[in-house]
Amino acid sequence: MKKNHLRRFEFSVGRVYGLVLRYWYLLKGSVPRLLELAYWPSIQLILWGFISQFFLSQSSALAGAAGVLISAVLLWDILFRCQLGFSISFLEELWSRNLGHLFVTPLRAHEFIAALMTISLIRVFIGVGPAILIAIPLYHFSIFDLGLPLIAFFVNLMMFGWAIGLLVTALLLRVGVGAESIAWAMIFLIAPVSAIYYPVAILPDWLRAVAWALPPAHIFEGMRSVLINGTFDVNFWLNAFGLNIFYLTISSAAFLYNFHSARRDGKLLQIGE
Amino acid sequence: MSQENPIISVSGLSKRFGDVYAVNDINFTVGAGSITGLLGTNGAGKTTTIAMLLGLIIPTSGKVEIFKFDMLKTRHAALARMNFSSPYIDLPQRLTVAQNLTVYAKLYGLSNIPDRLAQLARELQLSDFIDRPYRTLSSGQKTRAMLAKSLLNEPELLLLDEPTASLDPDTADWIRQYLANYQRRTNATILLASHNMPEVERLCDQVLMLRDGKIITRGTPAELIKAHGGETLEEVFLAVVRQNQNGSAARRLI
Repeated sequence: MKKNHLRRFEFSVGRVYGLVLRYWYLLKGSVPRLLELAYWPSIQLILWGFISQFFLSQSSALAGAAGVLISAVLLWDILFRCQLGFSISFLEELWSRNLGHLFVTPLRAHEFIAALMTISLIRVFIGVGPAILIAIPLYHFSIFDLGLPLIAFFVNLMMFGWAIGLLVTALLLRVGVGAESIAWAMIFLIAPVSAIYYPVAILPDWLRAVAWALPPAHIFEGMRSVLINGTFDVNFWLNAFGLNIFYLTISSAAFLYNFHSARRDGKLLQIGE
Repeated sequence: MSQENPIISVSGLSKRFGDVYAVNDINFTVGAGSITGLLGTNGAGKTTTIAMLLGLIIPTSGKVEIFKFDMLKTRHAALARMNFSSPYIDLPQRLTVAQNLTVYAKLYGLSNIPDRLAQLARELQLSDFIDRPYRTLSSGQKTRAMLAKSLLNEPELLLLDEPTASLDPDTADWIRQYLANYQRRTNATILLASHNMPEVERLCDQVLMLRDGKIITRGTPAELIKAHGGETLEEVFLAVVRQNQNGSAARRLI
């Protein structure tokens, strides 16, 4: 009997793959959706690329920071698209009222989360990949020049994107699809204190504390350190990683708590459009 | 009606939403290889009961055991051996029938998916529309696709919420025949909620009638007809559900 109690903690790669397949079918079944994924990041990149070139032509002081703005745009899009990919995939289940079917299969809640994380990763590659490639011929800038630190930044951005995505899904489970706009809006709440385009030092004192309590400020300061000073400050990475573990734990707990509440309140059968 | 070898065992099961009891202290068992009908008016508690059996809704009190597994603590052990279908919960609309079935086959851990899909397509006559998006199907086609989903893992226990709702008589009859054959072939246990009295009379070994979240009478269709008078289960149903809540005529047949 004890073994049966532990079954709730089982993890099946096959079930995660099955659910990822469900989201993949959705994506590949709609060319407009696939194009839209890549459209916005590419437009952002093109806009900021030209703005960046204009700044560089106006100020020699910024010449050493070539690529900072473009890198910031690309890394921010990784974070935004990751969170959005996670939340939208969850919303697909609400829109199609499919949760009732999913959770009468042996699928566990943590496998569901793993599937949402995987599809968000795929969506990031599809969405931001073209923008990264466009930057190379258009602005002679390759984000891959960041080298190994790029992997460190990427991992941290994905982790924080998942944390926000989990928080959004937890809220959607509680309040329903009426609040679906938070899937797009929530990440922008932290944008001003994420030090994407400007250093944390620009912020007023009281806001700096808020900024340093969030992983993106460490990631983007770390990015600037690599691009401007040519040094990878491991402390930025460690701080961001530690904070991400904290936020992922909190948001996972919020999701699981609200999932339990949804079962208690009968929402898994009812929630949807 | 007690069962010697119950697949489902429900005791003291209640579910309260706010001040309202959707299900109020019900007790029943369902024996292996039987077909049980859950009857009741709209809002009687049928869907809530099924949802609690599936673990989709956590009961306020009481206990559900399926295959001897406590559904509150070890439901995943039972879920792989059961399945569910309801016309009120759609499959993803933009996926084709084949894609939907493939996804659910993977969630149930099936190994030879193409063969299983081909078999179900043959048995349930899905071939003409298996590659069409679910949203484009007619009601009858959707019901057959949903039934295919619910049979993917050859469930030992099948829970059906109004399996023939909104179907034309011909399709509904076909579905009933298929379910009866499936039960005979696999000795599966079936619990179905229905508003269709002839359907229940034809298929079910045991009937539970609910009103206001309580089981007000139970027995085989023949026992109920004999006990309550009338000639059909529909007449029994109408007589029972129209009785005053405090009436004493609702009898319990054990």
